[in-house]
Amino acid sequence: MNTDARNTKVMNRFDVTSRLIAKLEHEEAVIGGIGNTNFDLWAAGHRPQNFYMLGSMGLAFPIALGVALAQPERRVFALEGDGSLLMQLGALSTIAALKPKNLTMIVMDNGIYQITGAQPTPAAKVADIVAIATGSGLANSAWAADEEDFERLVEEAMSATEPSLIAVRIDDKPGVGATRRDPVQIRERFMHGLGVREPL
Amino acid sequence: MPIAEQQTSSEAAQTSSDTSWHGIVLQTLKRNEISLVPYVPDRVLTPLIKNLHADPFFTTFATAREEEAVGIVSGAWMGGRRGAVLMQTSGFATLANVLASLAVPYQIPLIMFVSERGTLGEFNYGQSLVCRTMRPVLDSLALEHHTITRLDELEFIADRSIKQAVTTQAPVALILNPLLTGGKVFNK
Repeated sequence: MNTDARNTKVMNRFDVTSRLIAKLEHEEAVIGGIGNTNFDLWAAGHRPQNFYMLGSMGLAFPIALGVALAQPERRVFALEGDGSLLMQLGALSTIAALKPKNLTMIVMDNGIYQITGAQPTPAAKVADIVAIATGSGLANSAWAADEEDFERLVEEAMSATEPSLIAVRIDDKPGVGATRRDPVQIRERFMHGLGVREPL
Repeated sequence: MPIAEQQTSSEAAQTSSDTSWHGIVLQTLKRNEISLVPYVPDRVLTPLIKNLHADPFFTTFATAREEEAVGIVSGAWMGGRRGAVLMQTSGFATLANVLASLAVPYQIPLIMFVSERGTLGEFNYGQSLVCRTMRPVLDSLALEHHTITRLDELEFIADRSIKQAVTTQAPVALILNPLLTGGKVFNK
């Protein structure tokens, strides 16, 4: 477990997201948290197994947990910002208690609310996301040291037998794209992508 | 026989043909293939929660917040598994944002059972105030909701409401009134 944030490289959200998507070969589900997190997921290339949140800040991990419980054979990834995660820290303990082995949580940590004007989060100078996750019962949590390490951690998570959390220090850049804000289409396409429904 | 007494006597006879309010809720969930039931606990809901845990059909667990539970059942429904959330009135009061930004716009059949506190003998002023916010919030989003007061109407309302939520892809709140459950009363 790498819990040392200070020695980690500052990466870029879009780049890291693109690296994740490039590794997905089995129609893995990906839940993109509110704001820049899902904008960069959209920009990395839309896929039917992507779900984009247009509100409900902090619920990327709970939504992903629901998908993981519904489809235990499918790997589920959730992308969340540090500010969003701070809104729903209790979700980490819920996931630790249920231990879904097919769930991987990725936290994009820039210490700011980038989208609202780059105000620092209350945690920015004082808290460590991986220490919080570990303390919440998610033993398989680590900081990604750099892009290569991130890819290695994703590969490990693919065959993990317990939920994984990967924290990534990122820069203060805004998202590259902008998700088409059509919630019904997003949800319907996602359900097609998960094989739950056929298109009309 | 008063509703509260009916409930007490049937609680004593815990069987699969349980005709207590919580027995009917459990059977109605099962019949509608609702197997995922996250909750934030409430004293009145305790027998239901206990029996859900005892039945292997259900995956039931506590969440830290009600909106977390809403996120979980929303994700599960998109993944093809049905769920329902159990909460108290004060918990419902935390849900306006997730209802307006997830359940309603994404057309998710969110099924909520709300144990109603704040009325018919409430002893905590805060509970009675927060209760008054519930129906205005539901009405402001034009959400279907029913207040269930009678044991003989419970199965019909719950079963029909669940089916309507699923087929119309719209949330529903089923409010379990103290007339049905006995509620929570002051005892020091």
